[in-house]
Amino acid sequence: MRFDLIFKHADMFLDSIVMTLELTVASLAIGMLIAMPVAVLRTMRLPYIDAVLRGYVFVFRGTPMLVQTYLVYYGLSQFEFIRDSFLWTVLRSPFNCALIAFSLNTGAYTAEILRGAIEATPKGEIEAAQAIGMSPLRMLRRIVIPGAFRRALPQYGNEVILMLHGSTVASIITIQDILGAGRTLNGKYYLAYEGLVTAAVLYLALTFLIAGAFGIAARHLQAHLRPASTR
Amino acid sequence: MHGLEPSGALRLAVRDLHKSYGSLEVLRGISLEAHQGDVIALIGASGSGKSTFLRCINQLEDCSQGEIFVNGEHLDLVHRKGRRVARDPRQLRRIRSKLGFVFQSFNLWSHMTVLENLIEGPTRIHGMHRDEAVALAQSLLERVGMKGREGAYPAQLSGGQQQRIAIARALAMQPEVMLFDEPTSALDPELVAEVLAVIRDLATEGRTMLLVTHEMAFARDVASKVVFLHKGLVEESGPPAEIFGAPKSVRLTQFLKHVRLN
Repeated sequence: MRFDLIFKHADMFLDSIVMTLELTVASLAIGMLIAMPVAVLRTMRLPYIDAVLRGYVFVFRGTPMLVQTYLVYYGLSQFEFIRDSFLWTVLRSPFNCALIAFSLNTGAYTAEILRGAIEATPKGEIEAAQAIGMSPLRMLRRIVIPGAFRRALPQYGNEVILMLHGSTVASIITIQDILGAGRTLNGKYYLAYEGLVTAAVLYLALTFLIAGAFGIAARHLQAHLRPASTR
Repeated sequence: MHGLEPSGALRLAVRDLHKSYGSLEVLRGISLEAHQGDVIALIGASGSGKSTFLRCINQLEDCSQGEIFVNGEHLDLVHRKGRRVARDPRQLRRIRSKLGFVFQSFNLWSHMTVLENLIEGPTRIHGMHRDEAVALAQSLLERVGMKGREGAYPAQLSGGQQQRIAIARALAMQPEVMLFDEPTSALDPELVAEVLAVIRDLATEGRTMLLVTHEMAFARDVASKVVFLHKGLVEESGPPAEIFGAPKSVRLTQFLKHVRLN
């Protein structure tokens, strides 16, 4: 094991951690913005809209994220009208392509997690809200969503970890994420495993931190989930 | 508490209420009036329709026929897609806010503390200032014997405590009429008394209440009027002394034979 070579490239690995975290966190954030309306709308079962949303979820959960990333990165650039349009300023960056594919992917999974949690709202809590004369929108905001987030937390923690691991797909389209840095190290010195072991250790450490954070959050929210307006 | 008017004013009137599940008619034309200060106990075997009747009053269930008046205001119901629903959802919400509903299974909002459960309605529905709502909640907590538990979550409380909070939550809306749907049926026997004591208190102070219950002794002691339902109809009604002391109908006589009175 050539530890000396690994430590010599500590800066490269540090940068790669930042890249992986940026990509993962940004995708999760955008994915959540997609997932919330999708989940709420899907529980309403509106005609037509529901078919479209179901199609979105079906396609993005039904195909590998690697294929989705390829399609955005290599596929879209095949069209001249895209290369000629303003879209090209976004799509010519591999980071943006990965971000788009990852966000749509985690958005679909998160929407399903949230939908399940929303639909698991105890019927009695809904009735209690109706009985005091709450409007459906306020009920959604005050009763359904806060309860659903709490219920969804363990599953969402899983999704965050899966996205961290899934973000390795980015290294395929030239992005220097943690896996990318590992492969660079291997390639540079014709090493067999030093770079990959380093990458694995870094992913393991990040996963450990995320799992720990969600564990703390879960314990906290079980007892202390309180709207900011009432404290 | 807000000033209770002298007895006499008609708080709730239900006329000829019908409800069917498919071909099964569970309510076959029930009428009932509650004046200020009335405590009306609804009794009857399970399946007689008493809970359904109570839930129809604030439209947790839709009814197929019949009219509902709360404090003189007629709830405007129309047929839509095979159901009978409020023409104006805002009117329904306004009427609901005047009817305090207490559920068999408490139905407190589990992600909110006791205090948050209590101030949610007053602040969000009535637009009450938070400080005022908290003060109201505090006084209600005192009344139901739960002072000091403001920060507790529902899951940390016993069934009896949760039900007392649920009663306080309904009272916090300052309703015209309180509707109790078997408030002690989900409780362990040793917790029933503490909840009944709270309800008895409310009856004494002149609250207008409808109470679906299996607690016959309680109905006899607390109610001003008892209504016996059988198969979706009012079989017999009257003052508790008559209902329990001198039942006229065969059904009621039979029913009373099967329930304990104390």
